[in-house]
Amino acid sequence: MHIMEGFLPVKHAIGWSIASTPFVVYGLHSIKKRIEEKPEQRMLLGVAAAFTFVLSALKLPSVTGSCSHPTGTGLGAILFGPAAMAPIGMVVLLFQAILLAHGGITTLGANIFSMAIVGPFAATAIYRLAAAIKLPFGPSVFLAASCADLLTYITTSAQLAFAFPDPVGGFAASFAKFAGIFAITQLPLALVEGLLTVIVMNALVRFNGRELKEMNVTAATGEVRV
Amino acid sequence: MKRYQNLLMVVAVVALVALPLWMVKKPTPGADGKEVQIFAGADDKAKDAIATVSPDYKPWFSPLLEPPSGEIGSLLFALQAALGAGFIGYWYGCSSTRSKYEQTVKTSVKC
Repeated sequence: MHIMEGFLPVKHAIGWSIASTPFVVYGLHSIKKRIEEKPEQRMLLGVAAAFTFVLSALKLPSVTGSCSHPTGTGLGAILFGPAAMAPIGMVVLLFQAILLAHGGITTLGANIFSMAIVGPFAATAIYRLAAAIKLPFGPSVFLAASCADLLTYITTSAQLAFAFPDPVGGFAASFAKFAGIFAITQLPLALVEGLLTVIVMNALVRFNGRELKEMNVTAATGEVRV
Repeated sequence: MKRYQNLLMVVAVVALVALPLWMVKKPTPGADGKEVQIFAGADDKAKDAIATVSPDYKPWFSPLLEPPSGEIGSLLFALQAALGAGFIGYWYGCSSTRSKYEQTVKTSVKC
């Protein structure tokens, strides 16, 4: 779940927007360049965006008795690198902020930062790390996607704790409170996101093996069956 | 083997989503007789948490458009999911047909 409209003090709202802007601009640039160089990857970019659309629309129940939704940004980050996901995440967040009153315009910058920047960067880093220690393809994808999901919500908790420190315990106490709401709820959903990402990735490997090899997604793990 | 793995993963996803529904029991109404809501959005809980940490905070901006009812809200969420799933379905259909076609071309050339 995203930070609600108006629920970040003005300074924080502006600060996070400024922090997110360069990522979105660079992301747009990198997508444009890639499509110009390799127009055949347009379809895969569409799949990555569509996956984010579906997953962030699914509000799933969790063991804490509240609902939240996965982010779906891990898949695209593994395929296209983290920068490409910033503008894609922004589109999803804007759709929900404008039409659904879910998230918000004033909190858009902060929400982009958690969902479309921290999550994707974590996914790419973990995927590369997993490939470097020669973990098989499936588990690498699973780890990357589910950790990205979880880290997105840990970031949201930190952002809220930063804006609303506990009068007694300060940032730490407040962070524990928000993480208790967001991160614990997210645990089973992160597993769901990891599994779904592996399922879609298996299909991608099967049907688009050549492109994936070209994009260096599967080169390291050698999981290509053309 | 791969198909078998995928099937197992789908089963795990369904189980992970269904388990909380079965595990979390609706608490009995409190002293005020109000029904306790379960499976509300986590952001509602965050709102309550903000209210306890800084009770003076007033949201300074409200959503420009709010779905007029829960039904309309779920319509838009369904639309969002449908757009995404529609595209993934389109890609899957295209790709599996293409790979089948390539397979047939390959075998017919061999013969």
